[in-house]
This record gives sequence, C-alpha cells and structure tokens, in this order.
Amino acid sequence: MDVDMRPILEVKNISKRYDDITVFENLNLQVKKGEVLVIVGPSGCGKSTLLRCLNALEPIQEGEIILDGEAIRPGSREVNKLREKVGMVFQSYDLFPHMTVLQNVMLAPIKVKKRDKKEVREEALALLDRVGLLSKKDQFPRQLSGGQKQRVAIVRALMMHPEVLLLDEITAALDPEMVQEVLEVVLSLAKEGRTMLIVTHEMQFARAVADRMIFIDGGHIVEEGTPEEFFEHPKTERLSSFLAKMRF
Amino acid sequence: MNFDVITSYIPLYTEAFFLTIRIGWTGIGLALFIGVFVAFAQHFRVPVLARIAGIYVELFRNTPLLCQLFFLYFGLPKIGITIPAETCGTLGLGLLGGSYMAEVFRSGLGSIPVTQEEGALALGLTRRQMFTYVVFPEALSLSVPGIVGNMIFLLKETSVFSAISLMDLMFTAKDLIGLYYNTTEALFLLVIFYIIMLLPVSVLGSILENKVKIRTYGA
Repeated sequence: MDVDMRPILEVKNISKRYDDITVFENLNLQVKKGEVLVIVGPSGCGKSTLLRCLNALEPIQEGEIILDGEAIRPGSREVNKLREKVGMVFQSYDLFPHMTVLQNVMLAPIKVKKRDKKEVREEALALLDRVGLLSKKDQFPRQLSGGQKQRVAIVRALMMHPEVLLLDEITAALDPEMVQEVLEVVLSLAKEGRTMLIVTHEMQFARAVADRMIFIDGGHIVEEGTPEEFFEHPKTERLSSFLAKMRF
Repeated sequence: MNFDVITSYIPLYTEAFFLTIRIGWTGIGLALFIGVFVAFAQHFRVPVLARIAGIYVELFRNTPLLCQLFFLYFGLPKIGITIPAETCGTLGLGLLGGSYMAEVFRSGLGSIPVTQEEGALALGLTRRQMFTYVVFPEALSLSVPGIVGNMIFLLKETSVFSAISLMDLMFTAKDLIGLYYNTTEALFLLVIFYIIMLLPVSVLGSILENKVKIRTYGA
C-alpha cells in the first residue's frame, strides 16, 4: 500500500446523540493527506457538529476517530494529542481579547508544545507577514476588522503545525468585502498541500478549493464526489434542490 | 470656622487616618483573598466547599457590618474567644468584603463565553492552562470595576469601627465634638480626610479600568 494514500484521518461508524435527538448515526469518512474536503448541507444537518466531534469538543457516543493510525478514545488523555494535531478555526474567531495578535498566536506553541519562545516568535512573524498582518502584531483583537481577526485565527491554528485543519464556516460572520481576503488565505493553504475539512456556504469558493465534496442531510452523507460531478451532475434530488437554493 | 482649632486637630486626625487606612487595606486584602477562594469553590462546583461558600456569601452579604463587629467583639468573648479590637475590625471587614468580592469574581468567571474556552481547548491547551491563561485573566479584567467599587465601599464601612472603640476617623470626630463642641471644624476635617483617603482609589481605579477593559467578545 502506498503510504501517502493512507488516510490521515479516519472516521468509523461514529454516532452523535443529544439525549433523544440523533445528529448523525454510523457516519464514515476518510481524509487522505493533503486532501481538501468540503462539507456542505442545510443548516442543522450536523456538519458543524461533525467538525466539533473531530476536535473532541463534542463527545461521540459510538464509533472511532483514527488520526494518523492512532485511535482516539473520547475523554482520554489522547484527546489533547488529537487537539494538538487537529487545528480548528471557528465562525466567531474566538481570539483572546486580553492578548495582542502576537500573544494570541504564540500562546499555544509555547505552553502546549513548550517550544522555544524566540523560535516561535520568528515563525509567528513570518506567518503573520504571509497573511498580510505583520503590522498588526502588537494590536489587540478589538482593533481589527472581522477579516483580519479571522486571518489571525488561522495563523493561530497553523502555529501548532496541525496535521489536519478544520474550518467551521469561517466566513459566515464576515462582511461580504472581507470574505475574499480570508478565502484567499485558505486557497493558498490548499495549494501548499494542507489537509483540510471545510464547512462553508460559499459555493464558488468550495468549488475552487475542494478536492472532494460531501453533502450531508439529515445526519447522513447523501452524496459525495469531485467538485465537477457534485456541481454539474448531482446524482440525488436532494443535492440538486439544495444547490438550486444556493445559486438563486 | 476657626483655623487655629483646625490646625490643632490635624495631628489627631492624621493618627486616626493611618489607623483607618491600616485596618481598611488589610481588610481589603483579606477580602480579596477570601473572595477569590470562595468564587473558585463556586465556579468549579467543589463538593461541600461550594455549598459552604454559598452559605457564607448569603450570611455576610445580608447582615450589616455593625452586627458582624458586635458578634466578633462582644459575642465571641462569651464563648471564651477574645480578639483585640483592631483584629476584629480587620476580620469583620475581610469577611464582609469577601462575600462582596466573591460575587464580583463569580460573575466575572461566569461571563466568559464558552466559545473562549473552546478556542483555547481546540489549540490543545489543557483545562488548567485554559483557565490560567484565558478564562481567569479575562474574568479578572471584567471584575476590576466591581473590585474598585467594593474597595471604596469597604473603606467607607470603616466608619462604624468606633462602635468597637477603635479610634478611626469617625471616632475622632465624634470624640472631639463631645469634648469641645467645635462641630463645624471637626466635621470639616472628617470630610476632608475621607476624601483624601478615597479619591486616589477612585481615580486610580478608573485608570486601571480603562487599561484592562475588554470591549467586545467573539472579538
């Protein structure tokens, strides 16, 4: 077996329930190294919950998450390992308001990975420069626009050198003119071969960035395919009606 | 107003001023310590301790300082515990203030959005690191206005200390009025000394508030 074709992230038969509500059941998913997987679906279909489960922010009731060949049991110490290797960026940025941009992005590598402060700082400055925010390094989150905050949040996640990056509707809270600047950063990450799982409502962006698309509805993967198949020749009625609504 | 009288009173007021400040700030220090401890017990829902903390807060927040001082100074000796007046004052202020400070810290901790915690956890921080570097510092900066308000409140509460024969500012004023009937001068100095004691606290407090202010979340 070709090592590179081995999935970096494997989701086996996972189920997520809240008391009597089932969000999804027996869901299976494989993501290869360097692959960009875009997940779409109507709101409430469980796509954000799925990402949250992959970062152990939500416990799963059944099934297994296998990262780089290692199974992660929820609630165990391995959960922190999982979070170190799986970065996540949220819709609401969630920068730490009492820290400067630089402190925000340097916190985790220093405290979690115990890396050398100087080296972390150099890397942070380089990454901030790459997303065009070097001049903002000493500002506080409140002094930044939404798009700038989201770019900082992406840098913050990258600073942990994650194997997989989860992006949960990262442009949903942004003004339209700021969406582009954030999506450009994500596109450049895709080009350098980052493994990413992206939940988004930006269909044009999805098409441009995705290697593979997944449509989730009612807690099931209804359809899966390359962006071309997915957008041009949807196989199911549910997907085509969903896409029709998104195009207006 | 007789300025000779005022000049002759100043040394007495100065002495009372330093006594008041000493007891006041020691009490505030104690209050902050108790407050953090109690708020942690409640925030982390520590078994038994959280319950005790809740009872403590309600007990001391809902009784006047004067009653608490009477209890410490006149009540405890009846069961064989005698505490010097100054210690009673410090202890009383610390216990009253602790209940107020605890509420400020508790609401500060409670108002940190869960998304902040998730943001920290998603980066691989442990729960302890999340609390140390994210939740607690943010809660602390949200608590500053409440803490400063409580400090001013507690410093003013020292004015009941005369009831347990502590020679604080209020005691000195009442004493001088009783002895010499120079009411205007005695009360004038009383107001002046309270302002000298409290104005710096509120000015420095506002500066600190502005420095640590967190304006918006999700931000």
